[in-house]
Amino acid sequence: MNDVLDVALRLLAVFVVFLTFPLIVGQTEHKVMAHMQGRLGPMYAGGFHGWAQLIADGVKFAQKEDVVPADADRRVFQLAPAVALLPYLLVLLVIPIGPGEGAVGQVLDAGVFFVLAVMGVGVLGSLMAGWASANKYSLLGGLRTAAQLLAYELPMLLAAASVAMAAGTVSLPGILHAFHWWWLPWQIVGAVVFFVAGLAELQRPPFDMPVADSEIIFGAYTEYTGLRFALFLLAEYAGIVVLCGLTTVLFLGGWHGPWGADGLGWLWTLLKTAVLAFVVIWLRVTYPRLREDQLQKLSWTLLVPLSLAQIALTGIVKVVIS
Amino acid sequence: MNLAAAPHGFLSPTGVEIAFLLVGLVTFGAALVTVTTRQLVHAALWLVVALGGLAVEYLLLTAEFIAWVQVLVYVGAVVVLLLFGLMLTKAPIGRSPDADSGNRWVALTVAAAAAGALVWVVVDAFRTTWIDLDGPPAGTTRVTGESLFRNWVLPFEALSVLLLAALVGAIVLSRKAKADTAGAPGAKEGAR
Repeated sequence: MNDVLDVALRLLAVFVVFLTFPLIVGQTEHKVMAHMQGRLGPMYAGGFHGWAQLIADGVKFAQKEDVVPADADRRVFQLAPAVALLPYLLVLLVIPIGPGEGAVGQVLDAGVFFVLAVMGVGVLGSLMAGWASANKYSLLGGLRTAAQLLAYELPMLLAAASVAMAAGTVSLPGILHAFHWWWLPWQIVGAVVFFVAGLAELQRPPFDMPVADSEIIFGAYTEYTGLRFALFLLAEYAGIVVLCGLTTVLFLGGWHGPWGADGLGWLWTLLKTAVLAFVVIWLRVTYPRLREDQLQKLSWTLLVPLSLAQIALTGIVKVVIS
Repeated sequence: MNLAAAPHGFLSPTGVEIAFLLVGLVTFGAALVTVTTRQLVHAALWLVVALGGLAVEYLLLTAEFIAWVQVLVYVGAVVVLLLFGLMLTKAPIGRSPDADSGNRWVALTVAAAAAGALVWVVVDAFRTTWIDLDGPPAGTTRVTGESLFRNWVLPFEALSVLLLAALVGAIVLSRKAKADTAGAPGAKEGAR
Protein backbone atom coordinates (compact mmCIF):
# COMPACT_ATOMS: atom_id res chain seq x y z
CA MET A 1 0.00 0.00 0.00
CA ASN A 2 2.86 2.31 0.88
CA ASP A 3 4.39 1.76 -2.56
CA VAL A 4 1.16 2.73 -4.26
CA LEU A 5 0.93 5.86 -2.12
CA ASP A 6 4.55 6.71 -2.90
CA VAL A 7 4.03 6.38 -6.65
CA ALA A 8 0.79 8.37 -6.48
CA LEU A 9 2.46 11.18 -4.55
CA ARG A 10 5.36 11.36 -7.00
CA LEU A 11 3.03 11.45 -9.98
CA LEU A 12 0.96 14.14 -8.30
CA ALA A 13 4.04 16.25 -7.54
CA VAL A 14 5.29 15.97 -11.14
CA PHE A 15 1.82 16.84 -12.43
CA VAL A 16 1.62 19.92 -10.23
CA VAL A 17 5.05 21.05 -11.45
CA PHE A 18 3.90 20.39 -15.01
CA LEU A 19 0.83 22.59 -14.51
CA THR A 20 2.41 25.47 -12.60
CA PHE A 21 5.99 25.96 -13.86
CA PRO A 22 5.08 26.60 -17.50
CA LEU A 23 2.54 29.17 -16.35
CA ILE A 24 5.12 30.88 -14.16
CA VAL A 25 7.49 31.02 -17.13
CA GLY A 26 4.68 32.42 -19.25
CA GLN A 27 3.85 35.15 -16.77
CA THR A 28 7.55 35.95 -16.39
CA GLU A 29 7.76 36.26 -20.14
CA HIS A 30 4.88 38.78 -20.16
CA LYS A 31 6.61 40.94 -17.58
CA VAL A 32 10.24 40.56 -18.67
CA MET A 33 9.44 41.27 -22.32
CA ALA A 34 7.38 44.27 -21.32
CA HIS A 35 10.10 45.79 -19.20
CA MET A 36 12.81 45.09 -21.77
CA GLN A 37 10.70 46.90 -24.34
CA GLY A 38 10.05 49.86 -22.04
CA ARG A 39 6.36 49.19 -21.35
CA LEU A 40 4.45 47.81 -18.41
CA GLY A 41 2.67 44.71 -19.67
CA PRO A 42 -0.58 43.55 -18.04
CA MET A 43 -0.91 45.49 -14.78
CA TYR A 44 -4.52 45.37 -13.51
CA ALA A 45 -5.77 41.77 -13.31
CA GLY A 46 -5.36 40.52 -9.75
CA GLY A 47 -3.91 43.74 -8.40
CA PHE A 48 -0.19 43.09 -7.90
CA HIS A 49 1.54 43.64 -11.26
CA GLY A 50 -1.24 41.87 -13.10
CA TRP A 51 -0.41 38.41 -11.76
CA ALA A 52 -3.89 37.08 -12.57
CA GLN A 53 -3.64 37.93 -16.25
CA LEU A 54 -2.64 34.36 -17.05
CA ILE A 55 -5.74 33.02 -15.32
CA ALA A 56 -7.83 35.48 -17.31
CA ASP A 57 -6.14 34.26 -20.49
CA GLY A 58 -6.87 30.68 -19.50
CA VAL A 59 -10.55 31.46 -18.93
CA LYS A 60 -10.64 33.23 -22.31
CA PHE A 61 -9.17 30.20 -24.07
CA ALA A 62 -11.62 27.86 -22.34
CA GLN A 63 -14.60 29.97 -23.41
CA LYS A 64 -13.71 30.08 -27.09
CA GLU A 65 -15.43 27.79 -29.54
CA ASP A 66 -13.41 24.77 -30.58
CA VAL A 67 -13.39 25.05 -34.37
CA VAL A 68 -12.27 22.24 -36.66
CA PRO A 69 -11.92 23.33 -40.31
CA ALA A 70 -14.37 21.62 -42.67
CA ASP A 71 -11.70 20.05 -44.88
CA ALA A 72 -9.45 19.03 -42.02
CA ASP A 73 -8.68 15.47 -41.03
CA ARG A 74 -10.74 15.65 -37.86
CA ARG A 75 -9.19 12.95 -35.72
CA VAL A 76 -5.57 13.80 -36.47
CA PHE A 77 -6.36 17.50 -36.04
CA GLN A 78 -7.88 16.90 -32.62
CA LEU A 79 -5.21 14.48 -31.45
CA ALA A 80 -2.26 16.71 -32.37
CA PRO A 81 -2.22 18.99 -29.25
CA ALA A 82 -2.11 15.97 -26.92
CA VAL A 83 0.78 14.45 -28.88
CA ALA A 84 2.61 17.76 -28.63
CA LEU A 85 2.06 18.22 -24.90
CA LEU A 86 2.26 14.79 -23.24
CA PRO A 87 5.93 14.01 -24.00
CA TYR A 88 7.03 16.95 -21.86
CA LEU A 89 5.03 15.60 -18.94
CA LEU A 90 6.83 12.26 -19.31
CA VAL A 91 10.22 13.98 -19.48
CA LEU A 92 9.55 15.95 -16.30
CA LEU A 93 9.10 12.63 -14.55
CA VAL A 94 12.79 11.73 -14.75
CA ILE A 95 14.52 15.08 -14.17
CA PRO A 96 16.11 15.00 -10.70
CA ILE A 97 16.00 18.23 -8.72
CA GLY A 98 17.88 17.03 -5.64
CA PRO A 99 20.35 14.33 -4.60
CA GLY A 100 17.88 12.23 -2.60
CA GLU A 101 15.64 9.37 -3.62
CA GLY A 102 12.59 11.55 -3.13
CA ALA A 103 13.72 14.36 -5.42
CA VAL A 104 13.06 12.64 -8.73
CA GLY A 105 9.84 11.22 -10.11
CA GLN A 106 11.37 8.00 -11.39
CA VAL A 107 15.02 6.98 -11.72
CA LEU A 108 15.66 5.55 -15.17
CA ASP A 109 18.78 3.67 -16.12
CA ALA A 110 18.84 5.14 -19.63
CA GLY A 111 17.60 8.59 -18.58
CA VAL A 112 19.41 10.66 -21.21
CA PHE A 113 18.12 8.46 -24.01
CA PHE A 114 14.64 8.56 -22.54
CA VAL A 115 14.42 12.35 -22.41
CA LEU A 116 15.85 12.89 -25.89
CA ALA A 117 13.69 10.16 -27.42
CA VAL A 118 10.49 11.37 -25.82
CA MET A 119 11.18 15.04 -26.59
CA GLY A 120 11.57 14.07 -30.24
CA VAL A 121 8.09 12.55 -30.20
CA GLY A 122 6.55 15.90 -29.26
CA VAL A 123 7.40 17.33 -32.66
CA LEU A 124 5.08 14.78 -34.25
CA GLY A 125 2.25 16.86 -32.77
CA SER A 126 3.29 19.90 -34.81
CA LEU A 127 3.64 17.79 -37.95
CA MET A 128 0.20 16.25 -37.44
CA ALA A 129 -1.29 19.69 -36.86
CA GLY A 130 0.42 21.11 -39.93
CA TRP A 131 -0.80 18.38 -42.24
CA ALA A 132 -4.29 17.84 -40.85
CA SER A 133 -5.33 21.52 -40.90
CA ALA A 134 -5.91 21.55 -44.68
CA ASN A 135 -4.25 24.96 -44.85
CA LYS A 136 -1.22 25.81 -46.95
CA TYR A 137 0.32 27.98 -44.23
CA SER A 138 -0.07 25.15 -41.75
CA LEU A 139 1.53 22.74 -44.20
CA LEU A 140 4.46 25.10 -44.74
CA GLY A 141 4.82 25.44 -40.98
CA GLY A 142 4.83 21.67 -40.59
CA LEU A 143 7.47 21.32 -43.29
CA ARG A 144 9.69 23.88 -41.62
CA THR A 145 9.19 22.18 -38.26
CA ALA A 146 10.31 18.85 -39.70
CA ALA A 147 13.33 20.35 -41.45
CA GLN A 148 14.32 22.14 -38.26
CA LEU A 149 13.98 19.02 -36.13
CA LEU A 150 16.05 16.94 -38.55
CA ALA A 151 18.79 19.57 -38.49
CA TYR A 152 18.96 20.17 -34.75
CA GLU A 153 18.32 16.71 -33.31
CA LEU A 154 21.83 15.60 -34.25
CA PRO A 155 23.90 18.28 -32.45
CA MET A 156 21.63 17.98 -29.41
CA LEU A 157 22.22 14.23 -29.22
CA LEU A 158 25.95 14.59 -29.74
CA ALA A 159 26.23 17.23 -27.01
CA ALA A 160 24.30 15.01 -24.58
CA ALA A 161 26.48 12.04 -25.57
CA SER A 162 29.55 14.07 -24.61
CA VAL A 163 28.29 14.47 -21.04
CA ALA A 164 27.34 10.82 -20.87
CA MET A 165 30.89 9.95 -21.95
CA ALA A 166 32.34 12.22 -19.29
CA ALA A 167 30.20 10.72 -16.53
CA GLY A 168 30.40 7.13 -17.76
CA THR A 169 26.66 6.71 -17.33
CA VAL A 170 23.45 7.69 -19.11
CA SER A 171 21.37 7.94 -15.95
CA LEU A 172 20.52 11.55 -15.06
CA PRO A 173 21.14 11.25 -11.28
CA GLY A 174 24.24 9.20 -12.10
CA ILE A 175 25.61 12.03 -14.24
CA LEU A 176 25.03 14.49 -11.39
CA HIS A 177 26.69 12.21 -8.85
CA ALA A 178 29.77 12.13 -11.09
CA PHE A 179 29.79 15.91 -11.57
CA HIS A 180 32.78 18.08 -10.57
CA TRP A 181 32.98 21.84 -10.89
CA TRP A 182 35.67 21.67 -13.57
CA TRP A 183 33.21 19.93 -15.88
CA LEU A 184 31.75 23.39 -16.42
CA PRO A 185 34.66 24.76 -18.52
CA TRP A 186 35.29 21.27 -19.93
CA GLN A 187 31.76 20.83 -21.31
CA ILE A 188 30.91 24.47 -21.98
CA VAL A 189 30.87 24.09 -25.79
CA GLY A 190 28.55 21.12 -25.48
CA ALA A 191 26.33 23.09 -23.12
CA VAL A 192 25.94 25.97 -25.58
CA VAL A 193 25.28 23.58 -28.47
CA PHE A 194 22.70 21.67 -26.42
CA PHE A 195 20.90 24.82 -25.32
CA VAL A 196 20.84 26.39 -28.78
CA ALA A 197 19.71 23.16 -30.44
CA GLY A 198 17.04 22.77 -27.77
CA LEU A 199 15.78 26.29 -28.43
CA ALA A 200 15.57 25.44 -32.12
CA GLU A 201 13.67 22.26 -31.35
CA LEU A 202 11.17 24.25 -29.29
CA GLN A 203 10.87 26.77 -32.14
CA ARG A 204 11.60 29.62 -29.80
CA PRO A 205 12.88 32.90 -31.23
CA PRO A 206 15.34 33.40 -32.89
CA PHE A 207 14.53 29.95 -34.30
CA ASP A 208 10.80 30.54 -34.80
CA MET A 209 10.79 30.25 -38.58
CA PRO A 210 8.10 27.48 -38.44
CA VAL A 211 5.64 29.91 -36.81
CA ALA A 212 6.88 33.13 -38.45
CA ASP A 213 3.80 35.32 -38.15
CA SER A 214 4.81 37.75 -40.89
CA GLU A 215 5.07 34.94 -43.46
CA ILE A 216 2.88 31.99 -42.57
CA ILE A 217 0.55 33.43 -39.87
CA PHE A 218 1.21 30.91 -37.08
CA GLY A 219 2.57 27.92 -38.96
CA ALA A 220 1.14 24.58 -38.00
CA TYR A 221 -1.12 26.11 -35.33
CA THR A 222 -2.87 28.62 -37.63
CA GLU A 223 -6.22 26.83 -37.63
CA TYR A 224 -6.36 26.10 -33.92
CA THR A 225 -8.59 27.96 -31.48
CA GLY A 226 -9.60 27.79 -27.86
CA LEU A 227 -8.28 25.09 -25.58
CA ARG A 228 -6.42 23.15 -28.25
CA PHE A 229 -4.46 26.27 -29.15
CA ALA A 230 -3.79 26.86 -25.46
CA LEU A 231 -2.44 23.30 -25.21
CA PHE A 232 0.08 24.06 -27.96
CA LEU A 233 1.14 27.21 -26.11
CA LEU A 234 1.41 25.22 -22.89
CA ALA A 235 3.57 22.67 -24.73
CA GLU A 236 5.93 25.47 -25.74
CA TYR A 237 6.33 26.72 -22.16
CA ALA A 238 6.56 23.19 -20.75
CA GLY A 239 9.28 22.69 -23.35
CA ILE A 240 11.16 25.69 -21.98
CA VAL A 241 10.97 24.27 -18.46
CA VAL A 242 12.14 20.86 -19.65
CA LEU A 243 14.97 22.25 -21.78
CA CYS A 244 16.26 24.53 -19.00
CA GLY A 245 15.96 21.72 -16.45
CA LEU A 246 17.85 19.33 -18.71
CA THR A 247 20.61 21.83 -19.46
CA THR A 248 20.92 22.42 -15.72
CA VAL A 249 21.14 18.71 -14.95
CA LEU A 250 23.44 17.75 -17.81
CA PHE A 251 25.82 20.68 -17.94
CA LEU A 252 25.45 23.05 -14.99
CA GLY A 253 25.71 20.54 -12.17
CA GLY A 254 22.07 20.42 -11.09
CA TRP A 255 21.91 20.34 -7.30
CA HIS A 256 25.64 21.11 -6.85
CA GLY A 257 26.47 24.60 -5.63
CA PRO A 258 29.04 26.45 -3.53
CA TRP A 259 27.14 25.39 -0.40
CA GLY A 260 24.15 23.42 0.76
CA ALA A 261 24.22 20.57 -1.77
CA ASP A 262 22.65 18.23 0.79
CA GLY A 263 19.74 20.18 2.14
CA LEU A 264 19.22 22.91 -0.40
CA GLY A 265 20.19 21.07 -3.58
CA TRP A 266 16.70 21.43 -5.05
CA LEU A 267 16.99 25.20 -4.64
CA TRP A 268 20.13 25.25 -6.77
CA THR A 269 18.40 23.23 -9.48
CA LEU A 270 15.41 25.55 -9.49
CA LEU A 271 17.60 28.66 -9.44
CA LYS A 272 19.71 27.54 -12.39
CA THR A 273 16.60 26.49 -14.30
CA ALA A 274 15.00 29.87 -13.64
CA VAL A 275 18.08 31.76 -14.82
CA LEU A 276 18.15 29.70 -18.03
CA ALA A 277 14.44 30.33 -18.57
CA PHE A 278 15.16 34.04 -18.20
CA VAL A 279 17.87 33.72 -20.87
CA VAL A 280 15.34 32.03 -23.17
CA ILE A 281 12.99 35.00 -22.78
CA TRP A 282 15.87 37.45 -23.12
CA LEU A 283 16.93 35.87 -26.43
CA ARG A 284 13.37 36.23 -27.72
CA VAL A 285 13.41 39.97 -27.12
CA THR A 286 16.98 40.44 -28.35
CA TYR A 287 17.50 38.61 -31.62
CA PRO A 288 15.70 38.87 -34.96
CA ARG A 289 14.38 35.71 -36.56
CA LEU A 290 16.84 33.58 -38.50
CA ARG A 291 15.95 32.89 -42.12
CA GLU A 292 15.34 29.26 -43.13
CA ASP A 293 18.69 28.84 -44.92
CA GLN A 294 20.53 30.56 -42.06
CA LEU A 295 18.83 28.13 -39.68
CA GLN A 296 20.02 25.10 -41.59
CA LYS A 297 23.47 26.56 -42.07
CA LEU A 298 23.90 27.29 -38.37
CA SER A 299 23.13 23.70 -37.48
CA TRP A 300 25.05 21.81 -40.14
CA THR A 301 28.12 24.02 -40.46
CA LEU A 302 28.51 25.24 -36.89
CA LEU A 303 26.70 23.21 -34.24
CA VAL A 304 27.42 19.73 -35.62
CA PRO A 305 31.18 20.32 -36.01
CA LEU A 306 31.31 22.01 -32.59
CA SER A 307 29.57 19.10 -30.90
CA LEU A 308 31.88 16.62 -32.64
CA ALA A 309 34.86 18.64 -31.44
CA GLN A 310 33.39 18.57 -27.92
CA ILE A 311 33.09 14.78 -28.09
CA ALA A 312 36.71 14.52 -29.21
CA LEU A 313 37.81 16.80 -26.37
CA THR A 314 35.77 14.79 -23.86
CA GLY A 315 37.33 11.58 -25.11
CA ILE A 316 40.88 12.93 -24.91
CA VAL A 317 40.46 14.34 -21.40
CA LYS A 318 38.71 11.18 -20.27
CA VAL A 319 41.56 9.00 -21.51
CA VAL A 320 44.21 11.28 -19.99
CA ILE A 321 42.69 11.40 -16.50
CA SER A 322 41.79 7.73 -16.24
CA MET B 1 19.22 -14.52 -18.39
CA ASN B 2 19.72 -18.05 -17.20
CA LEU B 3 19.61 -21.24 -19.16
CA ALA B 4 16.55 -23.43 -18.74
CA ALA B 5 15.29 -21.84 -15.57
CA ALA B 6 12.54 -23.26 -13.43
CA PRO B 7 9.88 -25.20 -15.31
CA HIS B 8 7.76 -22.72 -17.14
CA GLY B 9 4.15 -23.40 -17.96
CA PHE B 10 2.37 -21.76 -20.84
CA LEU B 11 -0.97 -22.25 -19.14
CA SER B 12 -0.25 -19.98 -16.18
CA PRO B 13 0.89 -16.71 -17.74
CA THR B 14 2.11 -13.89 -15.55
CA GLY B 15 0.93 -10.30 -15.83
CA VAL B 16 3.94 -9.30 -17.87
CA GLU B 17 3.32 -12.10 -20.34
CA ILE B 18 -0.29 -11.09 -20.80
CA ALA B 19 0.76 -7.47 -21.32
CA PHE B 20 3.39 -8.63 -23.80
CA LEU B 21 0.79 -10.52 -25.78
CA LEU B 22 -1.72 -7.65 -25.78
CA VAL B 23 0.85 -5.06 -26.85
CA GLY B 24 2.00 -7.50 -29.50
CA LEU B 25 -1.54 -7.73 -30.87
CA VAL B 26 -1.86 -3.94 -30.95
CA THR B 27 1.49 -3.65 -32.70
CA PHE B 28 0.52 -6.26 -35.25
CA GLY B 29 -2.81 -4.58 -35.88
CA ALA B 30 -1.17 -1.19 -36.32
CA ALA B 31 1.34 -2.70 -38.74
CA LEU B 32 -1.49 -4.25 -40.76
CA VAL B 33 -3.36 -0.94 -40.95
CA THR B 34 -0.11 0.77 -41.98
CA VAL B 35 0.21 -1.32 -45.12
CA THR B 36 -3.49 -1.53 -45.98
CA THR B 37 -4.82 2.00 -45.40
CA ARG B 38 -5.35 4.22 -48.42
CA GLN B 39 -4.55 7.40 -46.49
CA LEU B 40 -0.85 8.08 -46.81
CA VAL B 41 -0.27 10.19 -43.72
CA HIS B 42 -2.45 7.87 -41.64
CA ALA B 43 -0.16 5.04 -42.71
CA ALA B 44 2.82 6.97 -41.38
CA LEU B 45 1.02 7.67 -38.10
CA TRP B 46 0.00 4.03 -37.69
CA LEU B 47 3.64 3.21 -38.27
CA VAL B 48 4.37 5.35 -35.20
CA VAL B 49 1.97 3.17 -33.20
CA ALA B 50 3.59 -0.01 -34.50
CA LEU B 51 7.14 1.18 -33.77
CA GLY B 52 6.11 2.51 -30.36
CA GLY B 53 4.46 -0.82 -29.59
CA LEU B 54 7.74 -2.54 -30.41
CA ALA B 55 9.51 -0.21 -27.97
CA VAL B 56 7.02 -1.22 -25.27
CA GLU B 57 7.73 -4.88 -26.05
CA TYR B 58 11.45 -4.25 -25.55
CA LEU B 59 10.65 -2.55 -22.25
CA LEU B 60 8.61 -5.54 -21.11
CA LEU B 61 11.57 -7.76 -21.94
CA THR B 62 13.69 -5.47 -19.67
CA ALA B 63 15.75 -4.18 -22.62
CA GLU B 64 15.42 -0.57 -21.51
CA PHE B 65 18.25 0.88 -23.56
CA ILE B 66 17.13 -0.72 -26.81
CA ALA B 67 13.58 0.48 -26.18
CA TRP B 68 14.55 4.15 -25.90
CA VAL B 69 16.91 3.94 -28.85
CA GLN B 70 14.00 2.46 -30.81
CA VAL B 71 11.86 5.48 -29.94
CA LEU B 72 14.68 7.94 -30.59
CA VAL B 73 15.68 6.59 -33.99
CA TYR B 74 12.45 5.26 -35.47
CA VAL B 75 9.71 7.46 -34.01
CA GLY B 76 11.83 10.59 -33.59
CA ALA B 77 13.83 10.52 -36.79
CA VAL B 78 12.65 7.99 -39.38
CA VAL B 79 8.95 8.81 -39.09
CA VAL B 80 9.65 12.55 -39.08
CA LEU B 81 11.63 12.06 -42.28
CA LEU B 82 8.73 10.07 -43.74
CA LEU B 83 6.22 12.76 -42.82
CA PHE B 84 8.54 15.42 -44.23
CA GLY B 85 8.61 13.55 -47.52
CA LEU B 86 4.84 13.08 -47.52
CA MET B 87 4.30 16.79 -46.89
CA LEU B 88 6.67 17.68 -49.73
CA THR B 89 4.47 15.60 -52.06
CA LYS B 90 1.36 17.35 -50.65
CA ALA B 91 -0.19 14.09 -49.48
CA PRO B 92 -3.95 14.76 -49.70
CA ILE B 93 -6.35 14.55 -46.80
CA GLY B 94 -8.58 11.53 -47.33
CA ARG B 95 -8.07 8.50 -49.52
CA SER B 96 -5.52 8.39 -52.31
CA PRO B 97 -7.06 6.15 -55.00
CA ASP B 98 -3.64 5.26 -56.40
CA ALA B 99 -2.17 4.25 -53.04
CA ASP B 100 -2.18 0.62 -54.04
CA SER B 101 0.17 -1.69 -55.85
CA GLY B 102 -0.27 -4.61 -58.21
CA ASN B 103 2.64 -6.25 -56.45
CA ARG B 104 0.69 -6.73 -53.25
CA TRP B 105 0.72 -10.54 -53.44
CA VAL B 106 4.45 -10.57 -54.11
CA ALA B 107 4.93 -8.18 -51.20
CA LEU B 108 2.81 -10.40 -48.96
CA THR B 109 4.87 -13.44 -49.95
CA VAL B 110 8.14 -11.66 -49.25
CA ALA B 111 6.84 -10.34 -45.92
CA ALA B 112 5.59 -13.78 -44.86
CA ALA B 113 8.85 -15.41 -45.89
CA ALA B 114 10.92 -12.82 -44.04
CA ALA B 115 8.76 -13.11 -40.92
CA GLY B 116 8.93 -16.90 -41.07
CA ALA B 117 12.70 -16.91 -41.42
CA LEU B 118 13.15 -14.43 -38.55
CA VAL B 119 10.79 -16.25 -36.21
CA TRP B 120 12.45 -19.56 -37.02
CA VAL B 121 15.97 -18.23 -36.42
CA VAL B 122 15.04 -16.50 -33.17
CA VAL B 123 13.08 -19.45 -31.81
CA ASP B 124 15.88 -21.83 -32.77
CA ALA B 125 18.59 -19.66 -31.21
CA PHE B 126 16.86 -18.82 -27.92
CA ARG B 127 14.81 -21.97 -27.43
CA THR B 128 16.24 -22.71 -24.00
CA THR B 129 16.93 -19.16 -22.82
CA TRP B 130 14.57 -17.50 -20.40
CA ILE B 131 14.67 -13.92 -19.21
CA ASP B 132 14.12 -13.55 -15.50
CA LEU B 133 11.57 -10.74 -15.53
CA ASP B 134 11.50 -10.35 -11.76
CA GLY B 135 15.25 -10.12 -11.17
CA PRO B 136 17.56 -7.20 -11.98
CA PRO B 137 17.03 -5.89 -15.52
CA ALA B 138 19.05 -7.89 -18.01
CA GLY B 139 19.09 -5.24 -20.74
CA THR B 140 20.53 -2.18 -19.00
CA THR B 141 22.78 0.23 -20.85
CA ARG B 142 25.83 -1.28 -19.16
CA VAL B 143 25.00 -4.85 -20.17
CA THR B 144 24.11 -3.83 -23.72
CA GLY B 145 27.28 -1.77 -24.08
CA GLU B 146 29.53 -4.49 -22.72
CA SER B 147 28.12 -7.20 -24.96
CA LEU B 148 28.22 -4.85 -27.96
CA PHE B 149 31.83 -3.78 -27.53
CA ARG B 150 33.23 -7.07 -26.23
CA ASN B 151 31.45 -9.77 -28.23
CA TRP B 152 30.07 -7.94 -31.22
CA VAL B 153 32.70 -5.33 -32.06
CA LEU B 154 33.37 -6.59 -35.57
CA PRO B 155 29.73 -6.50 -36.78
CA PHE B 156 29.37 -3.11 -35.11
CA GLU B 157 32.37 -1.68 -36.93
CA ALA B 158 31.33 -3.28 -40.22
CA LEU B 159 27.91 -1.66 -39.91
CA SER B 160 29.55 1.70 -39.17
CA VAL B 161 31.62 1.46 -42.33
CA LEU B 162 28.50 0.48 -44.30
CA LEU B 163 26.64 3.53 -42.99
CA LEU B 164 29.61 5.77 -43.77
CA ALA B 165 29.66 4.42 -47.32
CA ALA B 166 25.93 5.12 -47.65
CA LEU B 167 26.49 8.65 -46.35
CA VAL B 168 29.28 9.35 -48.82
CA GLY B 169 27.18 7.83 -51.59
CA ALA B 170 24.25 10.09 -50.75
CA ILE B 171 26.48 13.16 -50.88
CA VAL B 172 27.99 12.12 -54.21
CA LEU B 173 24.54 11.47 -55.74
CA SER B 174 23.08 14.77 -54.54
CA ARG B 175 26.06 16.77 -55.81
CA LYS B 176 25.85 15.08 -59.19
CA ALA B 177 22.13 15.87 -59.50
CA LYS B 178 22.84 19.50 -58.62
CA ALA B 179 25.57 19.78 -61.28
CA ASP B 180 23.16 18.37 -63.90
CA THR B 181 20.38 20.84 -63.18
CA ALA B 182 22.84 23.73 -63.12
CA GLY B 183 24.10 22.76 -66.56
CA ALA B 184 20.65 22.54 -68.16
CA PRO B 185 19.50 25.76 -69.87
CA GLY B 186 16.82 27.65 -67.98
CA ALA B 187 17.06 25.34 -65.00
CA LYS B 188 15.47 26.89 -61.96
CA GLU B 189 17.68 27.72 -59.07
CA GLY B 190 16.83 26.75 -55.55
CA ALA B 191 16.82 22.97 -55.80
CA ARG B 192 18.24 21.88 -52.52
